[in-house]
Amino acid sequence: MNSYEWLQTIIFFVVLLALIKPLGSFMAKVFQGERTFLSPVLAPCEKVIYRISGVQSEDEMGWKRYAGSVLLFNLVLFVGLFILLLTQHLLPLNPQKVPAFSWQLALNTAVSFVTNTNWQAYVGEQAASYFTQMVGLAVHNFVSAATGIAIAIAVIRGFVRRKTALLGNFWVDMTRCTLYILLPISIIAATALVSQGVIQNFSAYKTVRLIQSTNYDKPKMDDKGNPIKDTADKPVTENVIVKEVTIPMGPVASQEAIKELGTNGGGFFNANSAHPFENPTPLSNMLEILLILLIPGALTYTFGVMVGNTRQGWMLLGVMLFILVGCFGVLQGVENSGNPLVAKLGVQSINMEGKDLRFGMAGSNLFTVATTGTSCGAVNSMHDSLTPIGGMIPLSLILLGEIIFGGVGSGLYTMLAFAIIAVFVSGLMIGRTPEYLGKKIEVREMWMSILVILTAGITVLILSGIAMITPQAVASMSNPGAHGLSEVLYALASMANNNGSAFAGLNANVNFYNLFGSLAMTVGRYVPAVAILAMAGSLAEKKYVPPSLGTLPTDKAPFAIWLTLVILIVGALTFFPALALGPIVEHLTMLGGN
Amino acid sequence: MKDIKPAILLFIIFTIICGGIYPAVVTGLAYAIFPKQATGSFITDNSGKEIGSTLISHPFSDPKYFWPRPSATSDFGNNPMASGGSNAGPTNPDYLKTVGDRIKVLRDTGVTGQVPADLVQASASGLDPHISPESALLQVQRVAKSRGVSEDVLKKVVAKTTEERQFGFLGQPRVNVLVLNLELDRLSP
Repeated sequence: MNSYEWLQTIIFFVVLLALIKPLGSFMAKVFQGERTFLSPVLAPCEKVIYRISGVQSEDEMGWKRYAGSVLLFNLVLFVGLFILLLTQHLLPLNPQKVPAFSWQLALNTAVSFVTNTNWQAYVGEQAASYFTQMVGLAVHNFVSAATGIAIAIAVIRGFVRRKTALLGNFWVDMTRCTLYILLPISIIAATALVSQGVIQNFSAYKTVRLIQSTNYDKPKMDDKGNPIKDTADKPVTENVIVKEVTIPMGPVASQEAIKELGTNGGGFFNANSAHPFENPTPLSNMLEILLILLIPGALTYTFGVMVGNTRQGWMLLGVMLFILVGCFGVLQGVENSGNPLVAKLGVQSINMEGKDLRFGMAGSNLFTVATTGTSCGAVNSMHDSLTPIGGMIPLSLILLGEIIFGGVGSGLYTMLAFAIIAVFVSGLMIGRTPEYLGKKIEVREMWMSILVILTAGITVLILSGIAMITPQAVASMSNPGAHGLSEVLYALASMANNNGSAFAGLNANVNFYNLFGSLAMTVGRYVPAVAILAMAGSLAEKKYVPPSLGTLPTDKAPFAIWLTLVILIVGALTFFPALALGPIVEHLTMLGGN
Repeated sequence: MKDIKPAILLFIIFTIICGGIYPAVVTGLAYAIFPKQATGSFITDNSGKEIGSTLISHPFSDPKYFWPRPSATSDFGNNPMASGGSNAGPTNPDYLKTVGDRIKVLRDTGVTGQVPADLVQASASGLDPHISPESALLQVQRVAKSRGVSEDVLKKVVAKTTEERQFGFLGQPRVNVLVLNLELDRLSP
């Protein structure tokens, strides 16, 4: 790293850390129903929304009703989007006359946006109308994020409350989250992004004349759309001269802001946040990384405030920061030392394949670890073209279960499940009944925590196994050898953990990935969510156990180190064999020179 | 099942707020404060006709122009309707051959020594408007010969169009290829 990269990285983290406390305490106020500086404007809106939709804001829910409301709401969201995607050709705001999605792709896309995954097996600028992008997808970016945060808040209440079955009202939590947190930050962020050059308009795509025309060989098609082949079975092509190109337009900034803030990650364009209209300058890049980490980071402080000991939150944040910075360091190292097979050809030895120049090496790599440590999944460089160990970093961050900052809400509640496992294991070692935040950890809590942390991993391993024996799944690989396995593993890991980024060479718009992917996203989102709510329900009913001499202090550095080790050990035990066959074999192949 | 009503109605309400009001507010703010950026940062000629966006690269392969970074967009390079990278893995033989071919093209124009990575490795967006100053200087000899202007003049133009790090520390120095080539055409048509 040169001194500029050090400087921008350090300034970035200083800004991030400076925002954790103000935003974290603001969110705590919002969810505890206290007045905030936005209340004079938003409280009346909130009342109107409850009146129209028939929400009784004082009507608190037990865990089953809370989970039921989450599932019901998500079902409605899914059905709404699925129908919209199938009928987008009939709907307004479609100046490019794009056709409807196939049902398999619509299913995959609808599940993807509802589960906060934003896996995209379609090319945004070609397949989605403005109406779909704005009304269909952007709204899911808000409410799927709000759903995750609401669940996390309910889980925190489970720790805080004593001898009650009630965890709050999902409709109120979701509404307040959207109105007070997501919308105001998005409006400011979107405007800031426009200042850097992110577009925001409803114009038809623009055509410009090229200064120097270009040409390409286009395969000739017969009437049925099949390629015509000559006698030697080679496709017949015709040379096409291109004198003008079409530049896509659209309401990008409004979607870009919430896409990062809600750790959604679904790009307006195929190139996602690498596209100059989504991410035009180094500053817009840093702002987008900040938006990705902002809410997951600040929620640790919210957690601290609500449980009455902010050190508990800082400790979790410390663990997240430590692993994130470590991964960033490794990625910087391997990408800066480049690909020896390319260097051998006489090229400067850094890896610029799949990176845009303006972000710089640190700006690309910081984005990569932020987007995969959280479940965002937006990309500003192509992960498929990272060096083998470089590619293993985002893959590993996803496989750890999206806890290194993690998805909005989901990152915190999954991290809490890990904390419970860590408390339990250390309790076993010293022979004491494990407690966390004054609540006894018993069989039910352990079962639920294990469900939370292992569901996605098991789904990934089983589906990757099935993929390897499915010809269609194997044929989708775009690179040969070990790298192909990495592509498949990455795709299924990304969907099961609701990340949404890809080793994008993989041709994902085939039935196998559309259908099994929908399954992976559904299981990976809702099984942990329901399990953690079930745990919160049982925690809320327990009485408070005051800390005694035998209580493990969970707000001190030794516990942070212990928690880090537990996370790394669980991750390594689950995935080392698969990683050894993919990225590690490829790394050795690369060093061996063939 | 008293929660069915809020589920459906909140979906509709938030679709209106997040899908309608929110983008409309952002569009209003964008047009009021940053109209040029909101509509794509286009460069226009004297008659007001749009030549291209400073953010989206144009394809150039003529020796008299500076060339942009390689682009892996489908159909033809720098196709704005098909943004994306090559997604080639680092050990893929086809990819290594492609890089080798690009180096050969450069060597044929008289380039010697180490080639900057950005000039032979494809960008992420396929529309990267910039090259590094090193990659621009590497092309000066070819462009000068083809246009019959002195290398010193071209080096000055490159230096003039080089964008420094934002605020002095963010990103890296870069040259906008479209802006540079338009400047060349203005100086020596």
